[in-house]
Amino acid sequence: MNLFAKGAGLLALTLLSALPVMAQKTASQGIDEYRAMLADGNPAELFEAKGEDLWKKVRGPQNASLEKCDLGKGPGVVKGAFVELPRFFADTQRVQDLESRLVTCMQNLQGWDGAEIAKTPFGQGEQNNVTALATWIASESKGHRFNLSQNHQQEKTFYEVGKRLFYQRGGTHDFSCASCHGEQGKRIRLQDLPLLSKSPGDGVGFAAWPAYRVSNGQMWGMQFRLNDCYRQQRFPYPGFGSDATIALSTFLGVNAKGAISVAPALKR
Amino acid sequence: MADPMRIRAQAAGDKTTVRVLMSHEMETGQRKDAAGKTVPAWHIQEVTATHNGKQVLSAEWGTAVSKNPFMQFVLKGAKVGDKIAVTWKDNKGDTRIDEATVT
Amino acid sequence: MQSRRQTLQRSAAVAALLANAGFPQWAQAAFNKNAFDAKSVQDAVKAAGGVSLIESKDVTLTAPDIAENGAVVPIGISTALPGVKQLLLLVEKNPLALVAIFQSSEALENNFLTRAKMGQTSDVYAVAIMADGKALWAKKEVKVTLGGCGG
Repeated sequence: MNLFAKGAGLLALTLLSALPVMAQKTASQGIDEYRAMLADGNPAELFEAKGEDLWKKVRGPQNASLEKCDLGKGPGVVKGAFVELPRFFADTQRVQDLESRLVTCMQNLQGWDGAEIAKTPFGQGEQNNVTALATWIASESKGHRFNLSQNHQQEKTFYEVGKRLFYQRGGTHDFSCASCHGEQGKRIRLQDLPLLSKSPGDGVGFAAWPAYRVSNGQMWGMQFRLNDCYRQQRFPYPGFGSDATIALSTFLGVNAKGAISVAPALKR
Repeated sequence: MADPMRIRAQAAGDKTTVRVLMSHEMETGQRKDAAGKTVPAWHIQEVTATHNGKQVLSAEWGTAVSKNPFMQFVLKGAKVGDKIAVTWKDNKGDTRIDEATVT
Repeated sequence: MQSRRQTLQRSAAVAALLANAGFPQWAQAAFNKNAFDAKSVQDAVKAAGGVSLIESKDVTLTAPDIAENGAVVPIGISTALPGVKQLLLLVEKNPLALVAIFQSSEALENNFLTRAKMGQTSDVYAVAIMADGKALWAKKEVKVTLGGCGG
């Protein structure tokens, strides 16, 4: 209760300090400073190290590593792969994002049951390994600019589906992604909400996940982020690797063309 | 055995800044799980570090240090190539030691 | 057969040898349970050996004005003063005030950075306990906010 009073008081302060007359630091600037102080020594590095180890480790029923996994730029090519996903893959005849592609490789190369991994809740079992792998693979594209392909028909289709889903209202509160992310300058309490119907700029939105979340000390990939967004909109989880989440990722990723990736990032 | 630490030791003149990220839950002992049961305290209690085998750091931590702890300290008189080893021990007796080279 | 006294003398000598050889577990200062179980800043400092609390401009506490989330607050404690035995980090309004103790060492600067959990907006203290027991402190208020949706 105390915290709510303080939060309300802080909001009032923030609104006051938005007036040009006051030279006070805004809450937004304060938070930027806080994030800057944490930038050095992001616990995501612990997951990067784990992910790199898992990529090279011989594991699974087929006793193999993931080093021949094709993330879109050829077997074993990791650098630069993150910023070109999701994309169409000929061998699965599907548009896939990073995490669903990893599960494909874990199944085909190492013999894991992909459907089982997809059903495993986030933060448990092999899902932890998928997250660690995604964290490392993302880090290998840090500083690269997003450049998703829209050459294949399915890639174009998924973009359009993603766009429809972005604006589709539903659930008990009639929310859509656009309710929070469809207008410039929106905010929930002290969280600035990026506008995602076009590129929100370097290191924001799609360019900032996977991310280490300080509030719960968890590493979240884009799959967890999107599924949980749906939960916050009072929808059920679309599911890991679902067409819906991959379509939305395609929409966000194509919109982010040219933006610099900072993943893995640090978030609240 | 706990996950490895990330240790970076960067020399600038006579000062070497050592940054350490540790993998640990750091449970306060006040949190309740989904079933309503209190999760027992589980945290790093002691941290030490050596420089080329000689002890330089000794610290004690309570439950309020954040999960996946970060620590930074400044070492005097180290040179590129020197070895830094960091050890932690938690209240359950689990321990971890990792090493890094000064760059 | 060795007497108990001989065994204890032996083990002390062995511990010293090991300490010099770089086995830090043996030379670790005993965990100060009383200090970490203390509720208030004053009680924790006293349990750590601080005799009198004196505000000092020579002790520095570095922390953000606002912490987006109280689970991870970056805090630095430092001093350039000579004669320091220990540096303490405390959060006044936490259920147990003491967060960490760093032993002073010839090989290190008295300059430490770590991250603490804060239950609510509170004053954060850096305390340097000197050889004569004086506890020199500096403090700063850190506001802890509730964030929004987790972006």
